[in-house]
Amino acid sequence: MELSNDDKQRYSRQIALQQFGETAQQKLLQSKVLVIGAGGLGCPALQYLAAAGVGTIGILDNDTVSLSNLHRQPLYTTADVGLPKAAMASGALLALNPTIKVKAFPVRLDTGNALELIKNYEVIIDGTDNFASRYLINDACVLLKKPLIYGSIYQFEGQVAVFNVVEENNIPSANYRDLFPHQPKENEVPNCSEAGVIGVLPGIIGTMMANECIKLITGIGNSLINKLLIYNTLTNQIFEMDITPKEETLHLIPADEAAFRSTEYSFSCETAHSFEDVGITDFLKLMKEADTVVVDVREVGEKPVITSFKHINIPMSILKTQKPDIPQKNILVFCHAGVRSVDAALFLSNGKNKIYNLKGGIVRYNIH
Amino acid sequence: MPINITAFGQISEFISGTISVDKVNDTDSLRKHLVVQFPSLKDINYAIAVDKKIISVNTLIEENATIALLPPFSGG
Repeated sequence: MELSNDDKQRYSRQIALQQFGETAQQKLLQSKVLVIGAGGLGCPALQYLAAAGVGTIGILDNDTVSLSNLHRQPLYTTADVGLPKAAMASGALLALNPTIKVKAFPVRLDTGNALELIKNYEVIIDGTDNFASRYLINDACVLLKKPLIYGSIYQFEGQVAVFNVVEENNIPSANYRDLFPHQPKENEVPNCSEAGVIGVLPGIIGTMMANECIKLITGIGNSLINKLLIYNTLTNQIFEMDITPKEETLHLIPADEAAFRSTEYSFSCETAHSFEDVGITDFLKLMKEADTVVVDVREVGEKPVITSFKHINIPMSILKTQKPDIPQKNILVFCHAGVRSVDAALFLSNGKNKIYNLKGGIVRYNIH
Repeated sequence: MPINITAFGQISEFISGTISVDKVNDTDSLRKHLVVQFPSLKDINYAIAVDKKIISVNTLIEENATIALLPPFSGG
């Protein structure tokens, strides 16, 4: 593919690099990169990859822009608050570089869609913020033999690595499970947005991820293959550790695509936010919808006894020990003061159902 | 013997610098020793690097070795 005059001008400063040149530029223009998570890490990665001329960029994110994102996600503007990230990022990237293709996927990544989405791309960038997604993406990339650019941050520290590059000997390089074989249990380590962060850290790490991506595609320099790079913003120290790919690790990964699709990656983050608090007006309205059940999680004998609407009683003690299967899609939970019902809502949430919690409990309302 | 330990992530909040440990000559015994000295480690499934190599099996710790303790973190 010949570079157009516009391309030669747009990318002139990187083409001018002896190691890069027109050959590397052509490779970038023909490449397809999927960025999963358009947040703190994803934004800078997306911006630099689009600017550098990665020919096709996929953006996967089902979240919307919030005000507290902006200090570390300057791809978005204050006017974007409340709007979908994938679409907003796509618009911003095309404004930056209208000569590339950008596809927005405003969906949540799960085992049902991951393989189909990842299959169409050449390099995958993990800019997610929770362990479930990270293990899911890692395993999908191992199954599909796709290189994965990994980055993660905690407070003032960031990690970068390039996983699962199939080299000449046909043996894949180390993957995330060679570093941390098993997904941490809930509450074992701070997850998602619980920990604070200075905006420049994901900026630096996300940009390093873009750098690794560009090097990998163009074949220049040394990639972080079988290596983990750790950078500390407070001390400016950089550490590099060797990771060895291990045979045993492959046994931790689903054996094939079908096994992957039926693997449960526990989204502890999602669980923490996967119910909605509602007031009594909405509560009474929602219970009339199809495929809906109302669950009283108070213990037997608690008052007031509710007779004004249809419901079932599954005391919290039974719920947690017997784990009854509730087939309905919409589950409305309530208790006396709205504390136990939050626990129940979290417990019942499985990512497929929709849970509503009566905020403040039944005691707040004059209902019997 | 004194062991030079670099802790990362949340572990760096309670372990830093050189720690003196007795009767520790491999990574398994180091783990056992550390969890007694720092009970917070009990719930953290961390990786260990010996001289900048992430290890997956019990590994001898030579004198003057540099040990890194790496807990997983997932922020983005």
